[in-house]
Amino acid sequence: MASARGTTIQDGVTFFGRVHKKGGILEDERWFAAALLSPTAVLLGLFIAYPFFEGIWLSLTNTRVGVPGEFVGLRNFEKVWNDSIFREAVWNTCWYTFVTTVIKLILGLWLAQLLNRNFKGKALVRAFVLLPFIIPTVLSTFAWKWMFDPTFSVLNWMLFHAGIITTRINWLGDPDLAFSAIIVVNVWRGLPFYAISLLAGLQTISPELQEAAAIDGANGWQRFRHITWPLLLPVTLVVTLFSVIQTFADFQLVYVLTGGGPANATHLFATYAYQIGIGTGLLSEGAAISLAIFPVLMAVVVLQLMYIRRVETR
Amino acid sequence: MIEGARWKRWVYFYIPLTVFVVVLLFPFYWMIITTIRPDGELYRPWNARNYNPFWTWHPTWEHVKLLLEETQFLTWLWNTMVIAFASTVISLICGVFAGYALSRLKFRWAGFLGTGIFVTYLVPQTLLFIPLADIIRNFRLGDTPWALILTYPTFLIPFCTWLMMGYFKSIPKELEECARIDGARRWQAMVYIILPVALPGIFSAGIFAFTLSWNEFIYALVFLSSSAEKTVSVGVVSELVRGDVFFWGALMAGALVGSIPVAIVYSFFVEHYVAGVTGSVKG
Repeated sequence: MASARGTTIQDGVTFFGRVHKKGGILEDERWFAAALLSPTAVLLGLFIAYPFFEGIWLSLTNTRVGVPGEFVGLRNFEKVWNDSIFREAVWNTCWYTFVTTVIKLILGLWLAQLLNRNFKGKALVRAFVLLPFIIPTVLSTFAWKWMFDPTFSVLNWMLFHAGIITTRINWLGDPDLAFSAIIVVNVWRGLPFYAISLLAGLQTISPELQEAAAIDGANGWQRFRHITWPLLLPVTLVVTLFSVIQTFADFQLVYVLTGGGPANATHLFATYAYQIGIGTGLLSEGAAISLAIFPVLMAVVVLQLMYIRRVETR
Repeated sequence: MIEGARWKRWVYFYIPLTVFVVVLLFPFYWMIITTIRPDGELYRPWNARNYNPFWTWHPTWEHVKLLLEETQFLTWLWNTMVIAFASTVISLICGVFAGYALSRLKFRWAGFLGTGIFVTYLVPQTLLFIPLADIIRNFRLGDTPWALILTYPTFLIPFCTWLMMGYFKSIPKELEECARIDGARRWQAMVYIILPVALPGIFSAGIFAFTLSWNEFIYALVFLSSSAEKTVSVGVVSELVRGDVFFWGALMAGALVGSIPVAIVYSFFVEHYVAGVTGSVKG
């Protein structure tokens, strides 16, 4: 703190006996920092910390829309725990996150490798590849819903004309198919994020390393395994961390594509919380459901952060 | 610079890349073709004879017309734009300030606050929407654009702060010190010396924040109720689907037109956007 003072910035008037530097309170590093951080603190405090505690309180009461609630202890959590749809939603969410993350990672790595080469129209292809990620999810999911339409599905048309199917497939009407459809759309949407982030990581790896390994006789797989992968690991882990959180808390995609159906088979935490909390107006129970994401999410995040730290300090 | 025999290039490069690109872009093509296809062609069973779903010889504007004349689509578009813009500006101001403080000033709680902001970065909107809906109602912000303008920064600020911290760290400290020795005050050194240098980073953060807020759905769905206040995503979901009836032509027209503004912003600033995406990951 003392470094920049001294010569040119002269001491100001004393105030309450303390020496102030010229320019007032903002010249003090701590006060300046406090001033810069206060708008953020106010907004995040009001709309993240406060609702978080309000949510905990709500989940311990029996509040409904328009009906102020009373304290009921852990009854909501008990009820939710014994709810078979909730259990299925938990299972769905974990499975959905796991499967899509693995697929996105593998395909993303592959696509990043492809995009890392030099070819004509590279910039254009890169720009177009990101489109699924930037177009509002709700809107692009509608395009998918239309493609999965039971009667007018273009996918059925393609499969039929390719000779693969003879009767129509009701994509969103069957629980397993609907779940697969959700996975497909999530991969479609998230893949560009993986590809572009990993591509940025790839570009920091010096081509000389690859060349040296190639001269030493390493084949493509060996070069990937022993050079690209270890160097890319830190970026990969952070990308995965973000993607896991987003996928775990996914809402829009399922809301549009299946609404949690058929027969509540494709609910995730968020869609089920919405259905209970907003749909049927059982605010406290909905709050309990969406709060239940928190411990699971925390566990996943902490594990990943620990792993990231271990990789980085290695 | 693709080595190897010609067939190898095709098998390992051109074919997979083409498949990726076609699959990633097909839904957009499908949006476009559905938008301009007349209803008579649209609702033809998938196994009808002589039916080519990929092309139409009778393009029509009827869906776009329905969208513009019978729904409040333009209002939704305007709402979305205002909300995305305002929340981006708020988040940028907060994020740049906070990022500057956390990366360049020394004070006791710096590490703790940095972690705190990172943690909120990891809190998904779906965790808080129910209590937040209650709070928004208590603040009498329900069904106004302010409900979103003030809540979107909660997921934009952490991201902007994170990105800006990374950016500020890459600017040499001497730059500021010189200005300070020349007599500049702290805020002057920040505003006149550091911020101009950080402009590309601020820009990237802004572009990314804008697309994120354009994309947001669950808060808009829960906090807004009257048709005139809705954003594009919510309007399309709630007004172009009536019970079980989907107005597919108009829906796709809405999806298409609703995506165009982000697509334009994106296409002009691809590099900045990519820097935003990768910066958000690198920190």
